[in-house]
Amino acid sequence: MAAKPKLCYFRGRGRMESIRWLLAAAGVEFEEEFIETREQYEKLQKDGRLLFGQVPLVEMDGMVLTQTKAILSYLAAKYDLYGKDLKERVRVDMYADGTLDLMMMIALAAFKTPGEKEENLALVVKKAKTCYFPAFEKILKDHGEDFLVGNKFSWADVQLLEAILMVEELDASVLSDFPLLKAFKTRISSIPTIKKFLQPGSQRKLPPDSHYVKTVRKVLQL
Amino acid sequence: MAGKPKLHYYDGRGRMDSILWLLAAAGVEFEEKFMETSKDLEKLRNDGSLMFQQVPMVEIDGMKLVQCRAILNYIAAKHNLYGRDTKERALIDRYIEGMADLNEMFIFLPITPPDEKGAKITQIKESTTNRYFPAFEKVLKSHGQDYLVGNRLSRADIHLVELIYYVEEIDPSLLANFPLLKALKARISNLPNVKKFLQPGSPRKPPMDEKCLAKVKEIFQLK
Repeated sequence: MAAKPKLCYFRGRGRMESIRWLLAAAGVEFEEEFIETREQYEKLQKDGRLLFGQVPLVEMDGMVLTQTKAILSYLAAKYDLYGKDLKERVRVDMYADGTLDLMMMIALAAFKTPGEKEENLALVVKKAKTCYFPAFEKILKDHGEDFLVGNKFSWADVQLLEAILMVEELDASVLSDFPLLKAFKTRISSIPTIKKFLQPGSQRKLPPDSHYVKTVRKVLQL
Repeated sequence: MAGKPKLHYYDGRGRMDSILWLLAAAGVEFEEKFMETSKDLEKLRNDGSLMFQQVPMVEIDGMKLVQCRAILNYIAAKHNLYGRDTKERALIDRYIEGMADLNEMFIFLPITPPDEKGAKITQIKESTTNRYFPAFEKVLKSHGQDYLVGNRLSRADIHLVELIYYVEEIDPSLLANFPLLKALKARISNLPNVKKFLQPGSPRKPPMDEKCLAKVKEIFQLK
C-alpha cells in the first residue's frame, strides 16, 4: 500500500500552498515536515534530495520531486485533473499558469519593505480586477459551464479558487463585478474535499506573517 | 489543413526564444508577426487575442495560446518530446523548471539597469556553475546516456542546450568543467533540425542590442 505523500517546506504558504490545495482537492492525505532551522535545510541539501538545492520537496510514489510546477503537473495528471486530451490540457495549463503568476506576486510581496509591499499588493489587486478575473469571467460566460475546462473539475478550478480567496484577503470586494466568478467560488468551495480543506484545523496555511518571513530569511540566508 | 503556427512577439529573444528553439528542433515551420510599437501590443489586447493581456501568444491548431509554459508543454507533447510516460514526464518537468529559473535571469538581463548589471551577471555565473550545470552534469553521468531522460531526445535536451549557448555568450569558460554537457551540446547541435536553426538566416535571434532594447521599452512602456 502506498505511503502518504510527504511534503517538506516552511510552515506557511509560499510555493507549497498550491500543492497542498491540489492534494486536498484530490482527497489525498499527506504528511508535512516543516523546515525551521538552517541546519535542517543544509542537511536536506547534503542528502542530495534537492535537485537544485531548493524546496518545495514532495516525496511520493517512490520519487523525490522538486520544482513547484513539475509537482503540480504530476499531481494533476495522476488524479485526472488535467483535462481529457492535449487541447484541454493546454487550457488547464494556461489558466493554472496565469493564476500561479498572480499568487506568486502575493507570496513574494511578503518579503519586500513595508512601502514596497503595500505597492505590490495594490498592484496585485489591480491586475486581478483588470486582467485576470475578467479573463476567467469571460471563459465561464462563453461556455456557460460549471468548470473552467471540459465541463469537468480540473486543476485550473482549484487554482482559481485558491487565487480568488487569496486576493479577497487583500480586498474583500474584489469579486463585486464578477457574478460568474462569485457563483464559481461558491460552487467549488462546496465540493466535499475542498469544503473540508477550507475548515479550520485543515493543513491549509495562513497568510505570511513576520514570523514566517523571518524564518524563511534565516533558513535561506536571504 | 492546419496553417503554420503564428508567433506574436517582438523581434528579439525574450520569452519567445524557448518556443522558437523547440519548434525549430521539432522541425515545425512557423510564421512570426513582430510588434514594432506599443500600438501593436494595444491592438492585440483590444482584439481580445491575449488572454491575460500579455505576449508571447502563439496561434496554433485553431487556438490562441498564451503563457510560455503552457505553449511549450503543448508543442512538446504534440511532437513527442515530452517523455513516454508520467514518470519520464515528471523527470523532464523537474529539469526544465530548473532551466526556466535560470532562463529567467537571462530574459531580464538586457533590461537590468547598467549599475545593477554586473551583480546580475555574477549571479548568473554563480547559479550556472554552482547549481544548474553541476546538477545536469550529474544526471548525464549517472546514466551515461546520450540524452537527459529516457535515452531519447526530449525537450529537456533542447532547453538545456539553448541555455548553454546563452551561458557561453556571457563567458565561454563556464562550460570548461562540464565535459558531459559539452558533449550534449555538440550532439544536439548536430541534429539536422537544430543544425539548420543554428545557421545564419534562420529565425534564431541575436542578443539584444540598444535599438531592440529601446523598442522593447516603448512597446511594454517600461521605464
